Amino acid sequence: MAEMDTSGGGGHKKGPGGKKAKKMSTRVDLTPMVDLGFLLITFFIFTTTMSQPTAMKLNLPKDADKPENETKAKESAVLTIMLGKDNNVFYYEGQLDPAGANFKTSTFKEIRNVIIDKKRRTNEKDFVVILKPNEESVYRNVIDILDEMSINVVKRYALVDISDGENQLIKATEASSAAQPAK
Amino acid sequence: MSRPKLPRKSTSVDMTAMCDVAFLLLSFFILTTKFKPSEAITVATPSSVASKIAPDKDFVMVTIDKDGKVFLSIDDESKKEAIANALNSTKNLGIDVNAFKKAEFFGTSFSQLPQFLALPKEKLKGELLPGIPVQDSTNNEMIEWMQLVFNAYQGSQMKALLLKGDNNSKYPSFKNVITAFKKNDFLKFQMVTNPENVPEGTDLWITNQKGGAKPTSE
Repeated sequence: MAEMDTSGGGGHKKGPGGKKAKKMSTRVDLTPMVDLGFLLITFFIFTTTMSQPTAMKLNLPKDADKPENETKAKESAVLTIMLGKDNNVFYYEGQLDPAGANFKTSTFKEIRNVIIDKKRRTNEKDFVVILKPNEESVYRNVIDILDEMSINVVKRYALVDISDGENQLIKATEASSAAQPAK
Repeated sequence: MSRPKLPRKSTSVDMTAMCDVAFLLLSFFILTTKFKPSEAITVATPSSVASKIAPDKDFVMVTIDKDGKVFLSIDDESKKEAIANALNSTKNLGIDVNAFKKAEFFGTSFSQLPQFLALPKEKLKGELLPGIPVQDSTNNEMIEWMQLVFNAYQGSQMKALLLKGDNNSKYPSFKNVITAFKKNDFLKFQMVTNPENVPEGTDLWITNQKGGAKPTSE
């Protein structure tokens, strides 16, 4: 394959007393070239960006000036999800119990089932999810939970500032779970 | 011991075919590759199921890095010129309009802006700069920046307002940026994320299955 016919037309061009040129093999060792080729391939594979960044849309509501213009939500159809530090997720349904009896702890893996479960149990028109990230939650968690909204096709959701009471509950829960030995 | 004599075979393999394949792949990767643009601010974006490709021109982008520092970049030079002129007339900063037009991003308070624009390119790194102050509602210069952007884009439609946040940036800077958007009636914006597959069995997955390959950006 990688050699050429060098026999040169039958070899009848011999000069008088001419010396016979030594036949050199034209076979080239291609292994280094293949090595180089694959090296470059690896380089280009690693530097290439195959996946284009995507954009996730978020439409904000206009801040209501007067309290009476604020959107009302049915208490039974509301699911409030709070985000704390270290990927902690907390939620409660409806109104928060003053003693924190319906305040539950969850994780990002389980929260999907919570949302789906709540969605099944409530009228789709009324279903609202309120998202309350506290100041220690990270941006990724906010995006993840917004993503959960689109994954579960929740039509109405809102990002709301966390209240002091809820924040204290989160802090207390986080402190107590940190005191426990890690599972 | 009688053993059938095996003919000795040469161990050298013809490399030509392999070489052909290697270089075919090489030329494919050279031609399809698009180098990652070297970014002054390093941001690791989270992933989402959104499938719409982020626009790469005519955008205004707000970047939040991992320490919660905020940077603004505008890619339309004529708009930047308008903003520079507006800043010079309202705040008397004496900004070099040309330097402002050439700047890829802005990441400092208004009072430090002239010094910022004089910085050499090697010093324009996210970690060395203070970022636009967005600490709280009283000291949120992002509101003014967005006001300037809003005025510059009046009449012409802005393609996209992008928000690019780092995985580990804390929520308050995100919230303050959103507040600045809201204050200026930028109620629609897009967040830059990495694509991710829709988990099987979820409602969105079912909708996608029914509707074929419908975009899931909403």
